[in-house]
Order: sequence, then C-alpha cells, then structure tokens
Amino acid sequence: MSTQDIEKQEFNITVYTENQIGLLSRIAIIFTRRKINIDSLNTSPSEIESIHRFNIVINETEDVVRKLCRQIEKQVEVLKVYYHTNADVIWQELALYKVSTNVIAEQVSVERLLRENGARAVVIRKDYTVFETTGHREETDALIKILQPFGLIEFVRSARVAIIKDSEGFNSKLREFERREPGEDVIENEYLNQGQKVFTM
Amino acid sequence: MEVAQQELQAPETKKATREISGSEAVLDAFLAEGVDTIFGYPGGAIMPIYDALYDYNDKLNHVLVRHEQGGIHAGQGYARTSGKVGVVFATSGPGATNLVTGLADAQIDSTPLVCVTGQVFAHLLGTDAFQETDVINITTPVTKWNYQVTDANEIPEVLAKAFYIARSGRPGPVLIDITKNAQIQKFNYEGYVPCNHIRSYRPKPIVRNQYIEQAAELINQAKKPFVLWGQGVILGSAEQEFKAFIEKAGIPSAWTILGAGAIPTDHELNVGMLGMHGNYGPNVLTNECDVLIAIGMRFDDRVTGRLDKYAKQAQVIHLDIDPAEIDKNVKTTVPVWGDCKETLPLLTALVEEKQHTEWLAKFKEFTRQEVEQVIHNELNPTTPEMTMGEAIRVLNELTDGEAVIVTDVGQHQMVACRYAKLNKTRSNVTSGGLGTMGFALPAAIGAKFGAQDRPVVAIIGDGGFQMTLQELGTIMQTGIDVKIIILNNNFLGMVRQWQELFNERRYSFVDIQSPDFVRVASGYGISGKSISDRSELKGALQEMLEHKGSFLLEIMVTKENNVFPMVPQGCSVAEIRLK
Repeated sequence: MSTQDIEKQEFNITVYTENQIGLLSRIAIIFTRRKINIDSLNTSPSEIESIHRFNIVINETEDVVRKLCRQIEKQVEVLKVYYHTNADVIWQELALYKVSTNVIAEQVSVERLLRENGARAVVIRKDYTVFETTGHREETDALIKILQPFGLIEFVRSARVAIIKDSEGFNSKLREFERREPGEDVIENEYLNQGQKVFTM
Repeated sequence: MEVAQQELQAPETKKATREISGSEAVLDAFLAEGVDTIFGYPGGAIMPIYDALYDYNDKLNHVLVRHEQGGIHAGQGYARTSGKVGVVFATSGPGATNLVTGLADAQIDSTPLVCVTGQVFAHLLGTDAFQETDVINITTPVTKWNYQVTDANEIPEVLAKAFYIARSGRPGPVLIDITKNAQIQKFNYEGYVPCNHIRSYRPKPIVRNQYIEQAAELINQAKKPFVLWGQGVILGSAEQEFKAFIEKAGIPSAWTILGAGAIPTDHELNVGMLGMHGNYGPNVLTNECDVLIAIGMRFDDRVTGRLDKYAKQAQVIHLDIDPAEIDKNVKTTVPVWGDCKETLPLLTALVEEKQHTEWLAKFKEFTRQEVEQVIHNELNPTTPEMTMGEAIRVLNELTDGEAVIVTDVGQHQMVACRYAKLNKTRSNVTSGGLGTMGFALPAAIGAKFGAQDRPVVAIIGDGGFQMTLQELGTIMQTGIDVKIIILNNNFLGMVRQWQELFNERRYSFVDIQSPDFVRVASGYGISGKSISDRSELKGALQEMLEHKGSFLLEIMVTKENNVFPMVPQGCSVAEIRLK
C-alpha cells in the first residue's frame, strides 16, 4: 500500500445515474453501512437530459473510496462512478450570511468587506442584510470569522459542486451504455488506467 | 452469468391490446418467464393478486406456507436446486417485513428471487395506514433491486426488469411492491416483452484477454498452485468448464461452503473444504501455495481467518463476475473479471497440461493426519452416544451421494457440509453468508419443488428446527416428500462450543429444551421416529429414506461434542487447530 492509501483525505465522488426515486437512499446506505460520514452531497442534472449527477464528498483513504465506488457502481441505476482528489477537480461551495443591517452599517466598512471576500449583498433590508460568497471552504469560513463579532444571525453553506478537470463529458460514454454489447471503454478499471493522469475506476 | 436461462415464452405482440388488471399482468408475466411455482401467503393488500390467481390455478402452482419467512426460504431452496428464479408473494406491512431475513440471506448468498409484496392504496402511502410499512426503504440494503409500482401500466415492464436483474450477472433478490390500486386497475395490455438490456446495468464485465494471458502465465510458472472455488461456478453453470480447467492444469482445489458439490466429493483434485471448520490441508497450505486462484468466491472472513496473515506469500488470481469483489478483502495480482463460464475455457486453452504430484501429495498427507486425529473418531466413534458425523457417514452409505442435502446453521451444518458426499452439482443448500437459523426446513420444501426427481434430506439442529417448525404445516398440506433429520444434542451447540473454548465453559443460555419432535410431526400427520442407540441408526435412516412421503428422524447425539478442525477467530488459517 502506498502512503496515499493509508492517509485520509477529501475525495470527490461523482456518480452518473438514472433519475429514480429511492436511488439516493440506495447510495447513501453504502456509506452509512461502513459508518462513514458524508461531508457534502449534491444532486443535480448533468450535461445530458435524463442523466443525474451526484457529487459526494467524504474524508477517507483511497483504498476505502475505491471499494465504495465499486459498490455504488454496482447499483442497477448507476451508470458510472468517478473519484478524484481536490486537486483533480474545480469545485465551489456557496454560502449565505445574515447579519443585522444596523450593526453592519455602523461598525463595518461594507465595501471593503465585500471586496476583500469576493462577497456580494443579496438582500438589504432595514432589519437585516444577506451576503453571499462562493468559493472553497477556507474562503467561506473566512467570512464567518469576520462577521461573527458583528452578530452573525444565520449562516448556511451549500453542498459542493465539482467539475472534473480531465473529463471529456459523459456524452460519448452514454452512447456506449446504450449499446447492447458494452464497448471497451465502459468497463474502465484501475489496472488498465495505470499511468493515466486522472484515476477512474 | 446467465443463470440457467429460463425459457422465455413471450406471447407474440398482439396488435390489438386487451384490457386486463394489474394483478393479471403480474401472473401473465410469471407465465411468460416460465415460473411454475410460487411460495406465498395472502393478506389484505395483496388480495387482488390472489383473486386473479384463483383463475391461474391450473398453470401456476401456489404453495401456501405458514409464515412469510418460510415462503422466502422455500423460494431460495427452489432457486438453488432448480437454477431458476424463486418467486414469492407476501402482503404489505408484517407480511413484507417477514421477508427481510430471507432477502438478506438471498442477497449475501446471491440467490435469484422475485418477491412481490402488496402495498396499501397509493393515496394512503405515508399516512400510517393499516398494514402500511415503507417496504422499499426497509429492503433497500438487502435487495439487488427494488421498485414500487403505483400504476398498473408499469407492471409488465417492471416485472420484466425484475426477472432480468434477479437472474443475470451476479444473481440476487428483487422486490416489487405493488399498491392495491395498481393491482385492481384495468389497463390496455400489449403483451409481455422480456427484458434483456438496461442502460445503466452491466450484468457482467467484458472479458479482457490480457488478464487471461497474465493469469495463464502465472499458473504455468507455478510450482504450488491452489484453486479455491465458490458458488460462482454453480451460479454460472460452469461446472464442466471448471472441471476441465483444474484437470488440465492438475491443480488441487478446495471449496467454500456454497461451492460444495460443483465437482463430486471424491474427485481426485477435490482436496476439501476451506475456512473456519474446513479441512486441515486446504487451510494450512493456503499459506504455502505460490499461486492462489480464486474462482467465483468472495474471500469471506470465515474463509480467510486473519486477513493480514492470509496467503501473503502467494500471487493471487481472482476470477469474479462482480467487479466490487476484486480487491475487496484480498489484494489481487491478476483480476480476471467476467463470467467464469466464459473466462475458464479461455484460461484452460492457455494453461499447460500438468500434474503437481508432489504438491497434491502434500494435501493427501494433511488429509491422512486429519483422518487420524479428527475424522476417524467423528465418523466411527466408540463413545456410548452417537456423533453427528456418524449419522452423516451412514446417510452417505445409503444415499451414495445422490441426495440434495439441505442444512440449517450451526454445528450440524459444519459436520454435514464437511462429511456429506455430493455427486452432483446443486446438491448442497445451506445458508452460508447470513447464517440463518431456521433456514433448512422451508428451504428443503422449496428445494424439493425445484428438484422433484431427487431425494431431499434436510439436516437440522434442535435449535434451528424450532425457529421455523410451523412449515411442517406446509409439508402436510402439499404432501411434498422431504426427509428431515434432527441432530439433537440438547444444546445450541455452536455457541456452546465457543463458550467452552473461549468463555471458560460459562454456558449462558445454550441449554435449549425441545418438545417431543416425533409427536409434533405426528400432529401434522408426518411419520417420525427418535433414536438414541447406534444399533438403530442404519435401520432408522433406511426406514426414513424408503418411507413414502415426508419423515422426521430425530437422532440423539452426544451433548458436548466440538467441531474440529477449527480456525479460532482472529487467527491465521495456518493456525488451524485439530483439537
């Protein structure tokens, strides 16, 4: 085992699926069964109509992630699973912050705050203001720290969405799935992909 | 692997549709899929289907069980002996939850099942209606696939998918939950179209020649190759391909509990059983072989013992249809993904014809030691009381390995699997992965329906028998011919053995009392006999086998016997103990 296998780190799991009721729970129990916490889970449409995409973030060793991915891919309505480290994806999370307008207007240079944190005001009312920022975890966390002293009323962060750097999209792959006889490139695996830049299973 | 493809007699697509109910569509699908037997129990939410069944009585044999768990275990037994998909009916709520143990058992042992459960009306879903339970979510972890039907129009397609998913690839249980309104609803039926493709589902990975070549090279260079085979060989109907492979390469081969019988017990290269209570040689020599070839097995912890001391010296070739099994427990050198019915002949073509005489002799030497220290005494005891092993030995003499042996879980299971002679494939029905006590009696009923021309002998402990003995009622009503042997040691023997060995004989709730089993059977109109003396053993077994119809034979055996050899939990397979 390489050290990479032993160390836990954040992995982004991308799952392409059919749109089917109950699939979320079928996928979730693969993690909960091993008592693994899902740090972030997002479902969304993909580039292809009727194909859904899950983005799941967990903190685990690569060895465990690989086994989980195979068990997810085994589910009847799952077409394909990929996993990547943070370095292999472009990812974003969105956060909203609600603060008292009075406090923030009196005590903070709002313009500087927005500029330095890449934030914008979504709503400004007499009683409260909602800021929004998008970015990596550290960036959205940073703004919490800044706003906390001024009485942060409410905070929420979205699940992570991630785009795979080296992906060429799912369109060509889907055509292979629709063929009755599977083509070579559908059954990818680590043994055949050794040496490739991006690891897919 | 296509599990013994059932004949699909799809009615020709009629241009004119006809109006039928959802319930009729369910039964029509069964006929098209070649179903002949259904195990089930009616109830409120599945009444429309049972009403339709009334008119299908001449085409579909419905077996009324006494409990839904009995129904699903019977379905499992049927699937295991027939190679077809077992079909089970249950009603909503408690009917459906009673299936859960059987689903879990079928999931872990890869048994193809289609279970149809009734459900409350769609408009009542989520309202805590009478006998409503969230069956889909309860059964998700224990099914290969499940689906809730709320509209009759979905039924033909969903059932076609259900049968396809249950039997293809690595088989498994499928549950279809149908709301009562969908069972009643009339719709325009266009005929049944069998399913053979689902976009998101790949039943088997494609075969990679490069792996076959790499595997063959490793095998050809090996000095001490060792084959481990599992149920995959049987599920893939690849017994002949398997035999041809090991015979050409001359490789000693050992089996997991579910692989038993894929080749005959007395085949020259069959060196015995793997695992915790397996044979001496296969366990010890796992840690001595240079190339380990695993075929259709999943390296269960009962087989491997302590993983970090398991076959570390060996290069591992793993043939499996399920990619998720590769590297799950044991790191593979060469993974041969695919259906072993396809991969084995490719491999056989590339391996050199060989005989590993010295290596095989090593196994025989271990066998000799095991016979001397364990087996001889177990099969030919001199103690006043009988042993489980001698009962199996005498049974072997009388059936000559032709019977289907169905076992429950515990000491008797290990003894029966170790010693039962099996000449034919699909002769061993047992709960391997889940270890479900109470499995054997209902499974034996199903096994007999699945193999009506073969004798079926259920071997059950006094504990397990009391878990599902209500199924004697099913035997009574159907008149099915199942021979039942209860090996009664007046203990929950396996737990007692562990308490003796690891808990300083602190026997905590293992001294189970039993009713008079013969009188219980007699209450159900089943003949029986109880024996406790060795002199009666052969005669009683003979009487049981020759009896027309079912027969229950209780054999009183010694109370505190232990099953050996044994790989204690947490130990390496090489640390197997003979006493």
